[in-house]
Amino acid sequence: MVGAGIAGIQASLDLAESGYYVYLVESTTAIGGTMPMLDKTFPTNDCSMCILSPKLVECGRHLNIKILTSSDVQEVAGEPGNFNVKIRQRPRFVDANKCTGCGSCSEECPIKVDDEFNQDLGKRKAIYKLYAQAYPNAYAIDKAKCLRIKNPKACGKCLKACQADAINFEMAEETIDLNVGAIVLSPGFEKFDASALFYYGYGKFPNVLTSLEFERVLSASGPFQGHMVRPYDGKEPKKIAWIQCVGSRNTKEKHGYCSSVCCMYAIKEAVIAKEHSHEPLETTIFFMDMRTFGKGFEKYYDRARDEKGVRFVRSRIYEVTEKNDESKNLIIRYSNEDGTISTEEFDMVVLSVGLQPSKSVMELGEKLGLDMNQYGFADTQKLTGVNSSKPGIYVSGAFCGPKDIPETVMQASAAAGASASLLAESRGTKVTEKEYPAEKDVSGQDPRIGVFVCHCGVNIGSVVNVPGVVEMAKGLPNVVYSGEYLYVCSQDSQNTMRQIVEENGLNRVVVASCSPRTHKPLFQETMMEAGVNRYLFEMANIRDQCSWVHQNEPDKATEKAKDLVKMMVAKSALLSPIHQPSVDVTKAAMIIGGGVSGMNSALSLADQGYKVYLVEKADSLGGIARRIKQGFRGEDVQEYLAELIDKVKANSLIELFTGTEVQDVKGFVGNFKSTLSNGAQIQHGVVIIAIGGEEYLPTEYLYGKNNRVMTQLEMEEAMTAGDSRFDQAKNIVMIQCVGSREPERGYCSRVCCTKSIKLAIKAKDKNPDANVFILYRDIRSYGFFEDMYTEARRKGVIFIRYSVEQKPLVEEAGGKLMITVTDHVLGQPVVIEADILGLAAAKLASRDNKKMNSLFKVPLNEDGFFLEAHMKLRPVDFASEGIFMAGLAHGPKNLEENISQAKAAAGRAGVILSKSKLESHGVTAVVQPDKCAACLTCVRLCPYGAPKVRNYAAEIESVLCQGCGSCAGECPNKAITLQGYNDRMYMSMVNGLCKEVL
Amino acid sequence: MRLQYATNIRIVEMTCSGNIDHRVILNAFEEGADGVFVAGCMEGDCHFLKGNIRARKRVNAVKKLLDEIGIGGDRLEMYNLSSAQGGRFAEIANDITAKIKDLGPNPLFKNSSCCGCSCSKEGGDQ
Repeated sequence: MVGAGIAGIQASLDLAESGYYVYLVESTTAIGGTMPMLDKTFPTNDCSMCILSPKLVECGRHLNIKILTSSDVQEVAGEPGNFNVKIRQRPRFVDANKCTGCGSCSEECPIKVDDEFNQDLGKRKAIYKLYAQAYPNAYAIDKAKCLRIKNPKACGKCLKACQADAINFEMAEETIDLNVGAIVLSPGFEKFDASALFYYGYGKFPNVLTSLEFERVLSASGPFQGHMVRPYDGKEPKKIAWIQCVGSRNTKEKHGYCSSVCCMYAIKEAVIAKEHSHEPLETTIFFMDMRTFGKGFEKYYDRARDEKGVRFVRSRIYEVTEKNDESKNLIIRYSNEDGTISTEEFDMVVLSVGLQPSKSVMELGEKLGLDMNQYGFADTQKLTGVNSSKPGIYVSGAFCGPKDIPETVMQASAAAGASASLLAESRGTKVTEKEYPAEKDVSGQDPRIGVFVCHCGVNIGSVVNVPGVVEMAKGLPNVVYSGEYLYVCSQDSQNTMRQIVEENGLNRVVVASCSPRTHKPLFQETMMEAGVNRYLFEMANIRDQCSWVHQNEPDKATEKAKDLVKMMVAKSALLSPIHQPSVDVTKAAMIIGGGVSGMNSALSLADQGYKVYLVEKADSLGGIARRIKQGFRGEDVQEYLAELIDKVKANSLIELFTGTEVQDVKGFVGNFKSTLSNGAQIQHGVVIIAIGGEEYLPTEYLYGKNNRVMTQLEMEEAMTAGDSRFDQAKNIVMIQCVGSREPERGYCSRVCCTKSIKLAIKAKDKNPDANVFILYRDIRSYGFFEDMYTEARRKGVIFIRYSVEQKPLVEEAGGKLMITVTDHVLGQPVVIEADILGLAAAKLASRDNKKMNSLFKVPLNEDGFFLEAHMKLRPVDFASEGIFMAGLAHGPKNLEENISQAKAAAGRAGVILSKSKLESHGVTAVVQPDKCAACLTCVRLCPYGAPKVRNYAAEIESVLCQGCGSCAGECPNKAITLQGYNDRMYMSMVNGLCKEVL
Repeated sequence: MRLQYATNIRIVEMTCSGNIDHRVILNAFEEGADGVFVAGCMEGDCHFLKGNIRARKRVNAVKKLLDEIGIGGDRLEMYNLSSAQGGRFAEIANDITAKIKDLGPNPLFKNSSCCGCSCSKEGGDQ
């Protein structure tokens, strides 16, 4: 895996969890990529770091993922299944295994340099950690800036400060040879250099920022702690402008493509900026076309405009100049849609910079001999979603084109699925599993608690009186050991801890140190090595919650540290071991829907070696793709479809049920039992729902009343069938957004703009004399489809923008079809006599989505499409485990994107099927049946469908329970408790806190 | 960040603010806490979908109860903030401390103040 952004992390986790050993190669000093730099993510406004951080920890600690930071790929030789990869690893000068991440070195380091993570808006030291939550949680030395590297006799302050002996100036560059079966490339993108466009004034005027700089301004962990200020003078801006398409849709700069994400991130930044602002803030977005084409995006745009008061100005920017006074405010001169020119003053201008491949990324592609497109992005093989031009090398993320986080994650899971298919035979051969000694039975024993208090170098010890805390702990009930450590987490302390647990017969351990977020899993592992259940462990955070935040009040901090230890000791006495029940997995999948998505999922899972039941309601395979003739990149869709159907039919692992529906489903992840309409009963471990969608049949624009009016799909069919009307036509008109972006269907159907452009070019090529008009609201030819838009304009296709208040008027007069539209530039009505009128009709969710909703208890969004478990990071999973989605059922997408999603669903499903047993999450809710009144409160509120009522009492399926404890909180009779976090424990903690030590 | 805030906050970690029960809050007052604040994720951002909304309902119910029994609902507050908002956490910690100081000690313990702290219950997904 090359590149450890969200794509690399997701693909690594999918593969490592499916029984493959993964090398994750990252060129910087930490995994994470671009996502940690973002403040919030659209369209949910989730905090970016919060949703990423659990994945960082999971990836970082995974036994079967080897992370190589500061590393680059030098050479690749070999073939699929057997590649030799040469990696160059640059020295970090800090032993990441010894470094505890305490930061004492950095405090002492005298060298301040610009912090690239903060887009140079802040400073870091020459010894640094990329960002607070970085993994590895270890510092690194900036070779170019360190005094001691320049002169071995100089400085060395970090060496003295580091009490973990982690710093090593002798480290040298290393070459690492790897032998791998498959390669996934996800090295990401860089931002366009806005200083190349002098007219925006970036680099010249201090109050012109890039969008990524503005993300760091907004970020709570950024250089201004989330205070929205101008970096120039620290003043809060009152009026901010965003300029779109900076370095995108610009053929002059050889950036002819659309960067796909900027419209949404600009809206998000404007909305968040308003939330951050103390005064009313004016926000204006200057744009050409508003491209909010993704799932949930159009509504986000509507809300920003109508509810949040973000102003949108359709315009072209001439230039940004600086006001000639102290304010350093900016003047934007722009042309409006009607050609008039305006100027306006702003406190700050944010440039929505596009995405481009970095030089090193392009070199990587060249080194590996991959086909790259004219812009330097990797070319994917047509209708594969993830294949590069070299077999066995897969691509994902922005490496192969600008895309947002969910599409990146989707493609990463698809690349993982493709790799798993390629390497099916070697699954499970390279992975290791850690063996632990048998767990000691502590039932019936009185609590014997050990307390380990950490100095964390000077981080805790310099503020909190650690020996005092240790002494106090000795007097607490049930405590039989209490000791202090320089670093509890160091390797030797962990060995000591294990010995002490064994020698003293400890059955509970409390570590008073840092954050459980980073360190709890490590200590729990030591518990298991000592033969103690890992849920008999607790942490008191006396660093982040005490010494760091009360630095100037050592006495009070010591009191608080003592209290925190008292609370955890009181809680730990009540802990009981948690045994994670496991269930067997039926190694088969049921896939509902035999369209392109369903068939791709089926083939991918069959190639991974699993039995697949493919259930299709219609009598034949193919779905809506049977009506599509040509793909967006010129593919012959019918030829592709025929081959795909042949492959599915020939695959011995795929059992096909056509003309069949699912009637009933029982069971849960790993163990579903379904009954089909033909009476067949099938057992399967996972489900993929890929039941497709349909084209809206318009009620507007004389559709169905005049035979010249047709939908996009009908138009394509007619053109392919050689309908002579196209050859003789003088005027061909297409109307966009028919049934989409309307109050009753408030979403964009995503594919229709590109489809209309494609059809327009085809019509024009066939009959160059015809006038081809496209009447649109915004042209949304995202990504490389923008090239097609440019081509269409060049070929003379006429684009007329209509506003939603003044839709085109379609009338029949004297057997003629007359269309009246108000031209956006002239402001005058234009009347066209159309020979053909094509309607870009909305893409609808299948009516059967509702059926699936009641069969599987899977949620739908308000537009009838399936709702994923998490918009950003779990784009193909349902919240209920073991059920996945792909294709149009999830939302409008083009064929290529559906194929990618289908492979992603297969990749995710493969993670479950690769396991012989599924373990429940450790912390789950349990029911005391004699107290349960079967009131159904828990059944109704659980978002994961875990509780069910059987024999007049609730039962919680532990494999489905995610451990939030909402049911325990809501249960009126307190029959439900959450293991490890129950009311008795909370009350005992408060009690322990308030009771004086005897 | 290491922003400094008042030292009299003690945190009880929960898996999700949706896990909090009336009796746990009431117990804290019974044991001598002068104030309690419940911290949950931003509304609409709950890792477990709706836990924080449920928590708010319960907190509001307990506030009423506290008013009725003379302890005062003002001593209990719920805040929504994300785990990346360290600055906001410090701000809330200081605000609530000031507010509780104004209100004075827990009326149940007017004569024998326990530890003088104000307990905080924190919920969150991390």
